[in-house]
Amino acid sequence: MSARPGRPRKRVHLAAHFPGVNNTTVWTDPRSGSQIDFASFTHLARTAERGKLDFFFLAEGLRLRELKGRIHDLDVVGRPESLTVLSALAAVTHRLGLAGTINATFNEPYELARRLSTLDHLSGGRAAWNVVTTSDAFTGENFRRGGFLDRADRYERAAEFVRLSRELWDSWRPDAIVGDQAEGRFLRPGAIGQVEHHGRHFSVEGRFTLPRSPQGHPVIIQAGDSAEGREFAAAHADVIFTGHGSLEDGKRFYADVKGRLARYGREPHQLKIMPGVTFALGDTEEEAAENAADIRRRQVGPQTAIAFLEQVWGRDLSAYDPEGPLPDLEPDLSGDLSQGRVPIKDRAAVAAKWRALAAEKGLSIRELVIEVTGRQTFVGTPGTVARLIDEHVQADAADGFILVPHLTPGGLDEFVDRVVPLLQERGAFRADYTGTTLRDHLELA
Amino acid sequence: MTLHLAVALDGAGWHPAAWREPAAAPRALFSARYWAGLVTEAERGLLDFVTIEDALGPQSTRPDGPDDRTDQVRGRFDAVLLAARLAPLTHHIGLVPTATTTHTEPFHVAIGIATLDHVSGGRAGWRPQISVRASEARHFGRRSFPPLDQVLTRPGGADLSADPHVRDLFEEAGDAVEVARRLWDSWEDDAEIRDVATGRFIDRDKLHYIDFAGRFFSVKGPSITPRSPQGQPVVAALAHARLPYEFAAAHADVVFVTPHSAADARAIVAEIRRLNADVRIYADLVVFLGDDAAGRKARLDELDGTELVSDAAIFTGHVRELAGLLLEWRDAGIQGFRLRPGALPYDLWQITSGLTAELRARQAFRSRYEAGTLRGLLGLPRPASRYAEAR
Repeated sequence: MSARPGRPRKRVHLAAHFPGVNNTTVWTDPRSGSQIDFASFTHLARTAERGKLDFFFLAEGLRLRELKGRIHDLDVVGRPESLTVLSALAAVTHRLGLAGTINATFNEPYELARRLSTLDHLSGGRAAWNVVTTSDAFTGENFRRGGFLDRADRYERAAEFVRLSRELWDSWRPDAIVGDQAEGRFLRPGAIGQVEHHGRHFSVEGRFTLPRSPQGHPVIIQAGDSAEGREFAAAHADVIFTGHGSLEDGKRFYADVKGRLARYGREPHQLKIMPGVTFALGDTEEEAAENAADIRRRQVGPQTAIAFLEQVWGRDLSAYDPEGPLPDLEPDLSGDLSQGRVPIKDRAAVAAKWRALAAEKGLSIRELVIEVTGRQTFVGTPGTVARLIDEHVQADAADGFILVPHLTPGGLDEFVDRVVPLLQERGAFRADYTGTTLRDHLELA
Repeated sequence: MTLHLAVALDGAGWHPAAWREPAAAPRALFSARYWAGLVTEAERGLLDFVTIEDALGPQSTRPDGPDDRTDQVRGRFDAVLLAARLAPLTHHIGLVPTATTTHTEPFHVAIGIATLDHVSGGRAGWRPQISVRASEARHFGRRSFPPLDQVLTRPGGADLSADPHVRDLFEEAGDAVEVARRLWDSWEDDAEIRDVATGRFIDRDKLHYIDFAGRFFSVKGPSITPRSPQGQPVVAALAHARLPYEFAAAHADVVFVTPHSAADARAIVAEIRRLNADVRIYADLVVFLGDDAAGRKARLDELDGTELVSDAAIFTGHVRELAGLLLEWRDAGIQGFRLRPGALPYDLWQITSGLTAELRARQAFRSRYEAGTLRGLLGLPRPASRYAEAR
């Protein structure tokens, strides 16, 4: 599929997700490096910049995940503070956008707006904030106010947070700093405005501590699929990070969200839709399929398979053989064994579906979990993957993708070396950066 | 015994008119390049560390709340992020940002400093600071503080330490440092095992809940950030009176004090040593250096319309005289100095080129970096996790 007649070919936007603390990241691979050494972050970020990607992305989790009341030990555990490591990466990259996930619930606007403005200044206009929210009392145990927020209020608070941050970012006139030594004028008179915000969630009065940053407003990313999340994105975000990576699903989501923009006086191009996607490459389609299957087996080790089943069944299943059949037991629906991750909805239905699938295909516990949990979005030769990415974008299933590699720190190397040049050949991806800020890269300016 | 030297970086320097010096770059203060130039110069001079000032509100000539002056520098970066931005550009020098304990989340500050330690390869420090101003509290809207001018003019109010509000803020700061230290220890060094046979990435018995519960906040833990190269990044506190001395003695590795004479230094050292035998004691000095130091300072005073006032003693003169003064104070028990350059970069150049050479000629300063971490430069051992010891 090529560009639709009558409209210019869309350019693909691409970002790189640092491998996270879930079973997508394969730490058992001998090539797997440190998840915390700065060298790993540098490698991945520089690779992304070599590939001319739009931005580098860090996830966040403010409490270590637990299963059965104990810290989950089967996946990668541990990560840095997002904005601190991004600020360090600003020193070793020059054009790449730097996006950090920061929880709006456990931060205050004055402080966070200041930190984001600092990152934008220190990176020459490359900062982005992925706004997430939680109402979770479990995570709240690490913070002053605990799990203080009703679930229904999460997005309302986040929206007020973003509006207030923008008031703070706008409060210094763009030409505030004069620096005229002879006249003794550092600031233009009246250049620092007074912010007076009294809303339902925040009450902030005073002056901000930083000049307007290169982007004016750091890029706002929203992650989350609920109706409230979509509405929040339509009203406030520049980018959506979604899970809708497949063609049909993506087209529905894309049409829905872009359709909401007019209500807020916004144009479709002002919100970029970028699903998070995984990939597996090979010299031939068969080799790629084998690689994909191999990665899936590594992502779902025997113990991880049992842990997945336990989250659905709500029971300790450690006595079961992961290579054997599913347990005869019925799920215990009384409580959730898992803390610190998105809960599974309607566990009874999920269990019934899994049991039916296992029976139909004769699958062991581990085979079943491999079958039902996230398979790679794009599998194929570099040519196939480049074509699929371009087609998804031209078909309005996405504006681009956030690539989630399975290996730290080399998981993006092959994509950048082999897929990016083919996207460039197709005219679907930039040959080089044409601007300096992340807003430039995302065509948001 | 050699002397330790550090510099305190802030804006264009510590004189409010410093940005008007010929060597200043007032329009570059909000660029990474300006700060990179300063910190690489400090590293070239083999200094222990730089500190970076910060506050949760703009600078002002008023004790509490903004002023409308347009002839002084206003605005500051978040110091932790600035330090992180500088870390990959340097290799030996310690980076000690200020971060407020009053309105911040101890958990966020702790993982920020631990991350700074990771990205710098073990060169992170933290200067915790309280925020007493009502104007800063209004930036958060969660607590209501008495206006600082009111506290200062209260009967007996000149001694902030006596004020119950200030005492609370110090107690809260103490709890914040305690939480950070527990979080930094909450992963034992060998917690990451990557045991393929059992499928375990970590040995969860080596991760610890910190279970801190205090008057101001509770923090469960463990940290989300693995133990950092230094284990415990260096904590430094500025202290002028009994209450902050007690805070520093209980919580800090380094204390910055502000004596105004050798005798004063001796008395302060004695008072702190009664509280803590090990804390490293650095004296703060505002310095104007070079052949025309007095003339430069006088000109800046005139431009600012008033003579510079500082909590720390102000030294004006040649680096040779400063070296003599530092050695005299060393004999009074001061172990190091945090010099606050009157104007940047000029007075920093004087320190890195002139003062260090002068001290080296008297066998009182290093000729190369002798350690790879800030703790190493300060002669502090790398501590084991408290939780490992308890097991």
